[in-house]
Amino acid sequence: MEDFFLRAILGGLGFAIAAGPVGCFVVWRRMAYLGEAIAHAILLGIALGFLLEIQPVITVLVTCFLFAYMLAGIEQDRMISNDALLGSISHLALALGLVALSFMEQIRVDLISFLFGDILAISSFELVTIYTIAAIACMLVKWQWRNLLSITVNQDLAAVEGVPVEKTRLLLIMVLAMVIAIGMTIVGILLVIAMVIIPAAAARCLARTPGQMVVVAAMIGCLAVFSGLYGSLTWDIPAGPSIIVVAGVIFFLVNLLPFRGK
Amino acid sequence: MSIINNAYAQPSDDVDQRELLVEARSVSYRIENRQILDSVDISVHRGEIVTLIGTNGAGKSTLIRVLLQLIKPDQGKVTQCPGLRVGYSPQHVHRDPILPLTVRHFLALGESASLERIRELLEEVGVGNILDYPITGISGGELHRVMLARALLRKPDLLVLDEPMAGVDAASQSELYNLIGDIRDRYDCGILLVSHDLYMVMADTNTVVCLNHHVCCTGHPQNVVTHPGFISVFGQDLSDTLAIYSHSHDHDHSTHHHESEI
Repeated sequence: MEDFFLRAILGGLGFAIAAGPVGCFVVWRRMAYLGEAIAHAILLGIALGFLLEIQPVITVLVTCFLFAYMLAGIEQDRMISNDALLGSISHLALALGLVALSFMEQIRVDLISFLFGDILAISSFELVTIYTIAAIACMLVKWQWRNLLSITVNQDLAAVEGVPVEKTRLLLIMVLAMVIAIGMTIVGILLVIAMVIIPAAAARCLARTPGQMVVVAAMIGCLAVFSGLYGSLTWDIPAGPSIIVVAGVIFFLVNLLPFRGK
Repeated sequence: MSIINNAYAQPSDDVDQRELLVEARSVSYRIENRQILDSVDISVHRGEIVTLIGTNGAGKSTLIRVLLQLIKPDQGKVTQCPGLRVGYSPQHVHRDPILPLTVRHFLALGESASLERIRELLEEVGVGNILDYPITGISGGELHRVMLARALLRKPDLLVLDEPMAGVDAASQSELYNLIGDIRDRYDCGILLVSHDLYMVMADTNTVVCLNHHVCCTGHPQNVVTHPGFISVFGQDLSDTLAIYSHSHDHDHSTHHHESEI
């Protein structure tokens, strides 16, 4: 097996495993728009990386954190609905990123690889970053598992039972930002949220407990990475989109299962 | 002797001598321009059942949320005794089929407990057979019992039950009220109950607080029903019916409770 392909598979698996738990919370807590908005801010992070001549992995991560922190402050009771607000901010961030990149004349930016991922070009440095961040993300979710689940099921009840609701919510959003930042190198800015949501949504039909759903989501994600990459190599199709297509196919197949919904 | 109108309950019987669990002093709360709570006083002592009655929109649930410190009052002060353990059963619990959760896992969210203890508590509240049911697959009445079990799992000092009878069939209601009375004795906790089912309230309650944004009247159930404040809210007919009812009921339970007059 070629080195680049091995790195691609390893990188993809690291991301898929971390996306399992956080993806379930995104699905349970209806945070898909929030995740998409964070992802769309990534172009700004890349522009920042070029500007400061730092590894874009770092600036992307920092941008995701800052943006996520800002979005976490959005309150429910206002005159504009959350989805409209997030939808606006999200695409505003994307547009700003595109504008910012257009100023960097000296660099021929390969926009397509940012938007749809460049998994076959993952460097060893990126691989290490992906696994470090994925490990931290998984450990944070495991550490706060009961509190996270408790605020998801009923926020008032959690508060009365002594869970620090706001802190726990912020932690989840930060973990989401981490996973999105590493996922961007795999499937790109526009598809990363799909890879967070689809495996988790598919896992619902196959799980009876939250813990099962997390494990199944991670497994479906891994399966999608494997098959997507092989498909990409075999038929010479773009890797990121192939992975998402496989995840989508799995989603539809499990929904056809006779025992679904148990 | 007269009912204490809109004032602190003076020692009406010996429960007032016991530990004060939670107290609100002249709390006011408004949403936009609507005054939801207007200078409300209420307190719950250990070993006491306080029933909060009032029509729809009288501010009952808001007062509960203020007492639980889920929302901050605009004016006034809420004091909980230090280290107070609260068991809370909210009026509405949204159950989301996206999140696979069995009754067992739901109960384990509030407090880590052995399976034995969980099973025992479900037996105690009369739903021992639903341990492994999905939480979305049980009835509204069963859910109230499960919520009660989750609250009891914490060995609470204060049990707060917001409309625990909603969705409970008539036959089970008196059984559930007896259970709540038993719980007060067995756990030696204070109980704050929200209800609009006036017939059932009268049985085991030590203090009734009649709320209509402000406290209309408060005191022993027998006296409250004949109070002008009560009549102004619920009408003369109901007052007459309940006066007879509570009178005859007191004979049944005369040894059971502190019957000293206020």
